[in-house]
Amino acid sequence: MFRKKGEGYLTAKESRRISKENRKITEEFEKKRKRKNVPESEYITQMRDPNNEVEFDDLHSYFYTDAGVVKSVDGVTFDVPIGKTVGIVGESGCGKSVTSLSLMQLLQRPQGQIVSGEIRLNRGGKVYNIANTPQEIMQDLRGNAVSMIFQEPMTSLNPVFKIGDQVDEVIALHEGKGKSKEEIRRQTIEALELVGIANSEGVANMYPHELSGGMRQRVVIAMALACHPRVIIADEPTTALDVTIQAQILDLLRDLKSKINASIMLITHDLGVIAEMADYVVVMYAGRIVEKGTAEDIFYHPAHPYTLGLMASKPVVGREVSELYSIPGKVPNPVNMPNYCYFRDRCEMKMSCCDGDYPCEIRLSDTHVVSCYRYYEEHKEEAERTANANLLQTARMAAAGEEVKGDA
Amino acid sequence: MRRFIIKRLILSVFILLCVTFIIYALMRCLPASYVENMAMQLSAAPGAKPYSEWLDQLNEQYGLDKGIVAGYLRWLSDAIRGNFGDSWKYTVPVVQKFADVIWLSFVMGAVAFFLELIIAIPLGVIAATKQYSRTDYVITAVALVGISLPTFFFATLLKLAFSVGLGWFDLYGLVGRDYEQLSAWGQFLDKANHLVLPIVTLVIVSIGSLMRYTRTNMLEVLNADYIRTARAKGLDENKVIYHHAFRNTLIPLVTIVGGSLPGLFAGALITETLFMIPGIGYISYQAMVAGDIPFSMFYLTFMAILTLAGNLLSDILYAVVDPRVRIA
Repeated sequence: MFRKKGEGYLTAKESRRISKENRKITEEFEKKRKRKNVPESEYITQMRDPNNEVEFDDLHSYFYTDAGVVKSVDGVTFDVPIGKTVGIVGESGCGKSVTSLSLMQLLQRPQGQIVSGEIRLNRGGKVYNIANTPQEIMQDLRGNAVSMIFQEPMTSLNPVFKIGDQVDEVIALHEGKGKSKEEIRRQTIEALELVGIANSEGVANMYPHELSGGMRQRVVIAMALACHPRVIIADEPTTALDVTIQAQILDLLRDLKSKINASIMLITHDLGVIAEMADYVVVMYAGRIVEKGTAEDIFYHPAHPYTLGLMASKPVVGREVSELYSIPGKVPNPVNMPNYCYFRDRCEMKMSCCDGDYPCEIRLSDTHVVSCYRYYEEHKEEAERTANANLLQTARMAAAGEEVKGDA
Repeated sequence: MRRFIIKRLILSVFILLCVTFIIYALMRCLPASYVENMAMQLSAAPGAKPYSEWLDQLNEQYGLDKGIVAGYLRWLSDAIRGNFGDSWKYTVPVVQKFADVIWLSFVMGAVAFFLELIIAIPLGVIAATKQYSRTDYVITAVALVGISLPTFFFATLLKLAFSVGLGWFDLYGLVGRDYEQLSAWGQFLDKANHLVLPIVTLVIVSIGSLMRYTRTNMLEVLNADYIRTARAKGLDENKVIYHHAFRNTLIPLVTIVGGSLPGLFAGALITETLFMIPGIGYISYQAMVAGDIPFSMFYLTFMAILTLAGNLLSDILYAVVDPRVRIA
């Protein structure tokens, strides 16, 4: 027999077996996705709370890679209320972007799939469950009800088309019925002016390479806002820009939000940006939410050791330190995650009970939720209730699975 | 733009002078000398002058008694005036012989090239959009077969299947047995019929590389951020691929297409030989083996001009398809 090589090592045979299995699973998903004339009942649903714009409910988005299944988003639940900004923080690879791409159905298929859970999108009259919405309907929602600002302004505009044409395209697609080219172009110019581009007519006739990074990000934002979306996903909108431009872009986003009253999902690893912009904060770690609450909850009463670590690792104006704090260790391998608190091995407040199953959600207040064993004692009753409910659900799901197998 | 083209044209003339000089020098140094062969034949006749006398006389007659530089200058001064001389091997003016055979090769090359483009590029795009699917594997495998198997093998297979087996086409030649009796339209069809197999051979062996090139470029473009932006706008998949992605894939393809301009006139030596078609590839090969300096000089100069024009063309096309490239 071979000796067991280091973690993550796969023999060719294992790798082949994995990719064969993956192909089987993803083909199943793709088949389901490619059906024609899906009945509305499959994707029209009800909001839990009509004051929410988007509800993520136990979302699981997996990537079927040749090294194994990566559970990038593994049971994420949070709400985006109408007209509010929700900040999502966490380190690279914790599933922030995958969560937002799931909402757009833009995961790299066929490897990336929404496996289970619901994403409910409130469109006034109708509520869509994005996880089951067919492609054609999705194309109507993208850029129209939900739009996205990407993190790389340098590469997220097509280099061979003029700025104006690229903005025209999205307007013509969603709001262009019965409009002439001139009217669409006028709307484009308005959109460019809205994001503070001077000489907007000149810029509309330029190619992306003729603009600076900050200008391009403004164009991307104009494109995202052109059709008055209800939800804007801003995926690290300031990462690639220098600080002055960052401040300008953030001011712009805040201004625009008050003008158009849309909900914003702001993804970033910059806690400063979150503090300035967000009403609610979701802290993610390794594909799960470890803590969520209002900005005040998170910044003034952080509860989870990971959040505490993040807070400690950011520089504070007026306090002099020789070295910034950093959380020890590294993120666990995303393939084959263990069933215990993912943060356990890096946690400096580890207790004996931490060796148990993944901690369930504990409600510290009406808005503040944390997944950590340290709060089990104070909220014992609630913890047990949730844990039991979880067990029940798992059992139900297992039973449902059995049934399906029985049918087959 | 105009300044760029003028600059490039002036540069091209200079390059052309260097190239023609090198070709001339090489032709003169070739061991296969037309004059030596001829002198040998003439001196072998009964009662003829000895070999060395014939050689001197012929060298003088054909202008080979001067040095390489002087000979080149003389060729150049004639060539500039449009006088490329007579072909030694074919004993007709070079231009006339060339005009006789070039159109055949050009038609073959152009049709094959056109077919190559309309087959290889769509297949490459399809293979890229369905990466790792069964379609992709089949297309890639076919491309690999096309790249790796030699022309003569394919030509023979095609002959076996379509000429011997099915009897649809003649084995070789450009015209059929009853060509003279046919009407003008019939003669055209007869020639076209004889060109089918050679063109199919040319297409099969050439689509592979272009297809793989398209697939690679398309894959790279499909993973770009702006493609995700296009999808995020709500565009349908066809528009994303054939509008946003394809325009970007065109950029590298243009170099290849511009670079194949000389290929259209180069003829296909092996294919023409296998099917016994008197195209430029076959004729120029024969001329070169016989040491026919005027014909080879004309043909190679022509190719050099086309290569330079092709390069200039692809540079200009670059600026047409990619707004980031500005020619100045």
